[in-house]
Amino acid sequence: MSTPPNPPDRRLDINAAAGPLAELFAVDLTLATVQCDGCSNTTDLARYDVYADGPGLVIRCQGCDHVVLRYSTAGGRLRLDMTGTRLLVIPGG
Amino acid sequence: MAPAALRRRLNWQLAEVLSVTTETPTARRLRLAVHDWAGHAAGQHVDVRLTAPDGYTAQRSYSIASPPQAPHLDLVVERLENGEVSEYLTEELRSGDLLELRGPIGGYFVWPATAAGPVQLIAGGSGVVPFLSMLGHHRATRSEIQVRLLYSARTEADLIGTGELAGPGISTTLTLTRAVPPGWEGLRRRVDVTMLAEHTLAPERSPLVFVCGPTAFVETVAAGMLSLGHDQSRIKTERFGATGGP
Amino acid sequence: MGTNDIDPDTGTAPRFVSRGFTGRARRPRSARLPPGQYDVGSGFPVLSAGPTPNTHLSRWDFTVQGQVDRVRHYSWADFRALPREPVEVDIHCVTSWSKFDTRWEGVSVDTLLGDVESGAEYALAFSDGGYTTNLPLADITGGRAWVVDTYDGAPLRPEHGGPARLLVPHLYFWKSAKWVRGLVLGEVEELGFWERFGYHRYGDPWRQQRYAGD
Repeated sequence: MSTPPNPPDRRLDINAAAGPLAELFAVDLTLATVQCDGCSNTTDLARYDVYADGPGLVIRCQGCDHVVLRYSTAGGRLRLDMTGTRLLVIPGG
Repeated sequence: MAPAALRRRLNWQLAEVLSVTTETPTARRLRLAVHDWAGHAAGQHVDVRLTAPDGYTAQRSYSIASPPQAPHLDLVVERLENGEVSEYLTEELRSGDLLELRGPIGGYFVWPATAAGPVQLIAGGSGVVPFLSMLGHHRATRSEIQVRLLYSARTEADLIGTGELAGPGISTTLTLTRAVPPGWEGLRRRVDVTMLAEHTLAPERSPLVFVCGPTAFVETVAAGMLSLGHDQSRIKTERFGATGGP
Repeated sequence: MGTNDIDPDTGTAPRFVSRGFTGRARRPRSARLPPGQYDVGSGFPVLSAGPTPNTHLSRWDFTVQGQVDRVRHYSWADFRALPREPVEVDIHCVTSWSKFDTRWEGVSVDTLLGDVESGAEYALAFSDGGYTTNLPLADITGGRAWVVDTYDGAPLRPEHGGPARLLVPHLYFWKSAKWVRGLVLGEVEELGFWERFGYHRYGDPWRQQRYAGD
């Protein structure tokens, strides 16, 4: 291939993050709804984009690309950044 | 009320490999016995972790192909180019080996069989795997819910689970995107909006729509179903792709 | 994500070993390989934390701003007209792969800073898509960093940071910001995307500075 096609799409979804996040959360985050702090949109966490191949897991809003969650277990320490999440709701509580 | 999303702690456990069989030229079916398996819902997946003698580990997520009623756990693993985990699982693993996994994982992309309304499944490539579990669940529960499957693969040889795509109340449409064999009665092109309009349940039926496949496939299909008038809240998608480096 | 790491903390034999699993071919250790790294060989992994931006070259520019006497703007044409250098270096990703003898071409950060007068000690590189990373100014001057637009003789592909990325090969590769659009110079060190998340503010692969506190 001389001219590359569109760059490989790295987006996954919450399924790719569910196992690692289960190391921290006692509830199933795949059932959560999240309000994005970037654009105020509220939707299923399953409708967010997951980038799972960097130094940490990154979850972004599909509408505005704002980062709503970062998670990593590298280096024997668990890190969670949810500054981009305004509200997380999990059914049943 | 107990929290619906609350579950037991997810621990790594060892499964015994009962058999490794050829599903397609590039995919193998791993049949596993998992002692003390917590049970799963159709559509859930497991994380598989491989550990080298020097401590190096690699981990990937695979959908469960077997229905909740099966006495064993089936995974279907497609060999990816340079995929160190899929290469091991498809070429090195054999019956009698132990495999480390944790699960079941994910309560979103599941079909509980008790859900009301017809179901439309749309699969690209090995994205059909969670649907094998759903179809098996449909048969095992003698469900009367109408299920339609639209399944796109490259060639006839690449079709996964060919013996498991039928059943009472289940209708399946196959489409091949590369070569078609002589006498092929299915469709012969990539999934597009026209195909979705003609070969999936109409939005007026309010089907629960599940779409699983590579990211680009899922994007195309989900956008197409939305344009046909399906409600976004009725469309559940699962995208898979390569993660974690070379 | 820790999925492909040799666990730096335990360093001990794990409870369970997958029979016949060795992982991707790891070459004999070379003195050029920092601790905890493996040689990825001919592969070039793509690690993304967000969508790949699609900025047309007519809208691309590179800006030097912040604590400067005067903001500098380079259009794509300006940038391409600057003196260029070939660079052949080893690169080291914090996710533990290293790649030897990578061949790039681009413009030295020294050239881009040119006659900028600044009392700043730090730079925050920023990119299309909102990515940022912080660097001491001393680490991107003196011929140690470049903005590159060419890899292996061809235009840098978007998934590897094209049209242009920062190249700071003596630090972990997350410092070599893809899709870079400029530098903000300042007296205080403002942390970038991964650094705010607990990654090391400096990131020297030879001292395994992966995480804050390492």
